[in-house]
Amino acid sequence: MNLAKLEQKLVAAARANPTSDRVPYAFEKRIMARLAARPVVDDWALWARALWRAAAPCAAIMLLLGAWSFFAPPTSASANDVSQQLEQTLLAAVDQEQPIDLTR
Amino acid sequence: MGILHWMERTEAELIAAVLKGDAASFEPLVQKYSPRVFATVRRYARRESEVEDIAQDIWLKAFERLSSFRSEAPFEHWLMRLAVRTCYDALRAHHRNRETTFAELTEPEEDWLDRFVTQPDAAKEDAEAARQLIARVLEQLSPSARLVITLQEIEGRSVKEVAALTGWSVPLVKVRAFRARAEMRKVLAKIAKEKYL
Repeated sequence: MNLAKLEQKLVAAARANPTSDRVPYAFEKRIMARLAARPVVDDWALWARALWRAAAPCAAIMLLLGAWSFFAPPTSASANDVSQQLEQTLLAAVDQEQPIDLTR
Repeated sequence: MGILHWMERTEAELIAAVLKGDAASFEPLVQKYSPRVFATVRRYARRESEVEDIAQDIWLKAFERLSSFRSEAPFEHWLMRLAVRTCYDALRAHHRNRETTFAELTEPEEDWLDRFVTQPDAAKEDAEAARQLIARVLEQLSPSARLVITLQEIEGRSVKEVAALTGWSVPLVKVRAFRARAEMRKVLAKIAKEKYL
């Protein structure tokens, strides 16, 4: 049997019989009904719900941090040193900057 | 009144209205393009209930993704791309690796094959048996092979068109087309072997 010819014949058979484009009755009405029945996604409502849910953990964290800073034992001057060192590091470039001579 | 009003509006106006929240403007698009969608889906699904489910899925996706439609290309092209990809997904989801044996062929299909063996030119392409036989053969192909054979061989589309419809690259389409033809010949060889060897 010539398989290549059989393949050609069968492909030609498929070409010779185009598929039906019949649309079931009131199909578009069904689609519109499905679209209408879909839950409406409101972005604002989603954000509000998420933020409302996040409010309680945020409040709890705030209270914990507040309590910690209130009840924590006072630290020595090392914290002050750190803040001064940070300021020096950040402003090092400004301190070293040379004035530009505009007359030249 | 409603339909007359819709017909007066262009496709671009309807799409713009849907995007602004007027879902009712989607209905004339569904009416206009459903015949094309159903003809496409029937190439890949046999049972009518399955055809309707896939067509419905295509339209719901089209509504959801309408904002991704760029008006440079016709709406129909965008919709057909969506339709082909949804059909491919459906093929992959329902693909069963079931082999048809020669014993499962119907009598007219067997007769058509016999006629082809004795007198190849006497076996007419427009015969119902030939149509059933090719449908049976296509059902045995893998989803990608079936898709590429349908688009390229049956619908006569170019490699570039197949690439645009499927989202595959041109080299990938060529590779898949080569493999699909080999797969199809293997299925035909199996049927032939059972009956004639």
